[in-house]
Amino acid sequence: MIEGKALKYGNNINTDIISPPQYMELSIEEAARYAMSAVDPDFYRKVKKGDLFVAGDNLGSGSSRETSPLTLKYLGISMVVARSFARIFYRNLINVGIPAVECRETGRIREGDLLKVDMKKGVIKNLTRKEQYRCQKLPGHVMKIIEAGGLFSYLMEEEI
Amino acid sequence: MGKTIAEKTIARASGEKSVKPGDIVWVNVDRAMMDDILGPRIQIAKQLEQLGRPVWDPKKVVIISDHYTPPASIHQAEIVKFTREWAKSHGIEQYYEYEGPCHQVMAETGNVRPGMIVLGTDSHTCMGGALNAFASGVGSTEMLGILATGKTWLKVPETIQVVWDGRLSGNVMAKDISLCTIGTVGHAGATYMSVEYQGETIQKLPMDERMAITNMAVEMGAKAGLMPFDDTAWFYLKRLGIEDYESCNSDADAQYYQSYHFQADELKPQVACPHEVDHVVDADQVGDIPIHQAYLGSCTGGRLNDLKAAAEYLEGKKVAKGVRLLVSPASRKIWKEADRLGYLSVIAEAGGVIMAPTCGVCVGLHSGLIASGENCISSSNRNFLGRMGSKEGNIYLGSPLTVAASAAAGRIQAAEC
Repeated sequence: MIEGKALKYGNNINTDIISPPQYMELSIEEAARYAMSAVDPDFYRKVKKGDLFVAGDNLGSGSSRETSPLTLKYLGISMVVARSFARIFYRNLINVGIPAVECRETGRIREGDLLKVDMKKGVIKNLTRKEQYRCQKLPGHVMKIIEAGGLFSYLMEEEI
Repeated sequence: MGKTIAEKTIARASGEKSVKPGDIVWVNVDRAMMDDILGPRIQIAKQLEQLGRPVWDPKKVVIISDHYTPPASIHQAEIVKFTREWAKSHGIEQYYEYEGPCHQVMAETGNVRPGMIVLGTDSHTCMGGALNAFASGVGSTEMLGILATGKTWLKVPETIQVVWDGRLSGNVMAKDISLCTIGTVGHAGATYMSVEYQGETIQKLPMDERMAITNMAVEMGAKAGLMPFDDTAWFYLKRLGIEDYESCNSDADAQYYQSYHFQADELKPQVACPHEVDHVVDADQVGDIPIHQAYLGSCTGGRLNDLKAAAEYLEGKKVAKGVRLLVSPASRKIWKEADRLGYLSVIAEAGGVIMAPTCGVCVGLHSGLIASGENCISSSNRNFLGRMGSKEGNIYLGSPLTVAASAAAGRIQAAEC
């Protein structure tokens, strides 16, 4: 169960927006202040530990850069919810240990709403608006990767 | 039931007799490619050491420094140095730098062959599908797993069939086919799928042109962009001295998730408008857009055929006042050949600036960023907000010919027929 405040964005938030390429020569920590700056220059100040990143369709299209999920993780994002994801970004989120679920109703979520997500049941409760949405359920093997904190930690624990 | 190229290639790599879309299988990876920007420096070096595992097979690993060459800052120089030294200390003999954008170098060095599974830490790895290989982009952690084990899991994708028939007009190039297809399918229309390009128009395209199409399959969300194996692919590989591979083509009764049919005769030059690759219109519908920068280059639009088309158009013409035409051939090999054939001097005579082969301009890392209020027409593959520099700048994508014609006119326009 994950509970946190929503930071809300629209459709087609691509990896060039999440991680502007001009700052990728910096470390993740240094580059984090430029995350999302093309659409929200205050993002890095605004995001608090435990916040949920909520977006519309085609989230994370573009580059294969794991820099994007690593930056969101560094800034404290606890979970990502979108109407739909681009393929590589979705896998990268799971691999770095950020739970990510699809939800058709992200359009009803507003910036600042308090959300409570049950990934095993596939339910998002919007505590601010007293609404409930269905979301994708995460299968057991994906939950194990997330619980371990990412694919690398999972592999270390499993001693594969 | 018939099978597609993707299904046949994944089946062979997994050791299964047959696979179907949706199956999740473990495959042996034939080539693992890393670049400088997303290579060893992102997680991989540190975590491989923590795992205490050697690279599974250094002969199957290729590392190419292309994004930060030539370096524009000390940070960039340090990243290239780190990448070079990491390759050396891990016994990876195929390390290249200053040779050009990785996908072109992979093809030229014979690292992409029919039937192979090629995975790379760059999303345009899908370009290798023009050579009938199943090629796709992966993130760093996935690459770490591949380096440690030589394997990864793949979900067998559905295949979207894209058929182009008919003849292209004189001012239309493969890039226009690519943009028109993306405009129709949509930027997420092929997410997690394989796109297979077929038809007589595709069959008649030279390899240079084919690569401009498969390169951009990821701009529809696709995992791979594939083309059938034929004489053109055979000849391309033969010239590299490569005859050892197992090609495959889709069966006549293969099952497609969706099919699109296009008529090449009706196709006009296309332009993708800011800030999405599927905002595609006919070039004559863009409106009056003055340009400040014209970029001819990248793994999408900097091959010999592209430079030839631009040189032929620009011969005897001049780049418009106030416009900078930046040219970055897609590899050092192409640079040399274009020089030998006189294309570079024609473009330089017209006012173009010939630069190193690099990813720098396309992804706004160095060598040609745009300022606020500036418009750029580019033969590269992405026009995302802020990609080439200022978020108050605009990137339009077009064919190399459209880039040349726009550079000469000072505003976006297609070459005359």
